[in-house]
Amino acid sequence: MREKPILRVATKLLVPFILLFALYVQFHGDFGPGGGFQAGVIFASGFILYALVFGLDFARDALPAAVRRVGMSCGVLIYAGVGVAGMLTGGRYLDYSVLAADRLAGQHIGIFLVELGVGLCVFTALTTIFFVFAGRNRDLGPGD
Amino acid sequence: MIAGLLDMASWGLVLAGSLVILVGTLGLLRLPDLFTRLHGTGMTDTMGAGLLVLGMLLQTTDWLIAVKLVLILVFLAITSPTTSHALASAALYGGLTPWRLSDRKDEP
Repeated sequence: MREKPILRVATKLLVPFILLFALYVQFHGDFGPGGGFQAGVIFASGFILYALVFGLDFARDALPAAVRRVGMSCGVLIYAGVGVAGMLTGGRYLDYSVLAADRLAGQHIGIFLVELGVGLCVFTALTTIFFVFAGRNRDLGPGD
Repeated sequence: MIAGLLDMASWGLVLAGSLVILVGTLGLLRLPDLFTRLHGTGMTDTMGAGLLVLGMLLQTTDWLIAVKLVLILVFLAITSPTTSHALASAALYGGLTPWRLSDRKDEP
């Protein structure tokens, strides 16, 4: 904790707001610029900044490999699951209109869930890529 | 009357901010090495952008936009000096020696 006090303090100040902004981009994507991919990248950049300043070990503790693996799989599963749910309720694959009784409400739910899956998957995949790259010269933790 | 005064103050702030950024850019183009260039741009960026945002703040009547501008101001004031600091320490750590007057070459 003695090294780089300026960077540490600035990072501690900034990381919560980066994550908050990522959530804003995620949930405002229906009405303005944004969406799942961008939100996932911004969310990952918060963790990458933390890893750059505080070291890889702390970042790995904050976001363990098991959580990342589950997140990656869940993101794809949510995306595919919404598509299959559309098929099961009588539409085509990724047909959002049939997800609710009202057509518009169904489309709203569908795009919301799909973007959530994309965001989760992109966030966990990017952090995993960065952690693996950054830790390539050392013994990897379990599951990496 | 008040609106005119606000407009004049806003124009003054925006012009002052632009002038500061112009000086910083001149420094970036004319100074000899990374540290002096960083000194020129890093400081004037914060000051110039801050003045510009203050000038824009006087133009708006919408509270939402005003709050967003203040947030931009706060984050610029935190991030801009921090990145300059990180860049300079990285250059020092990487073995770059700061420029000295004795390194000066006579310009053609």
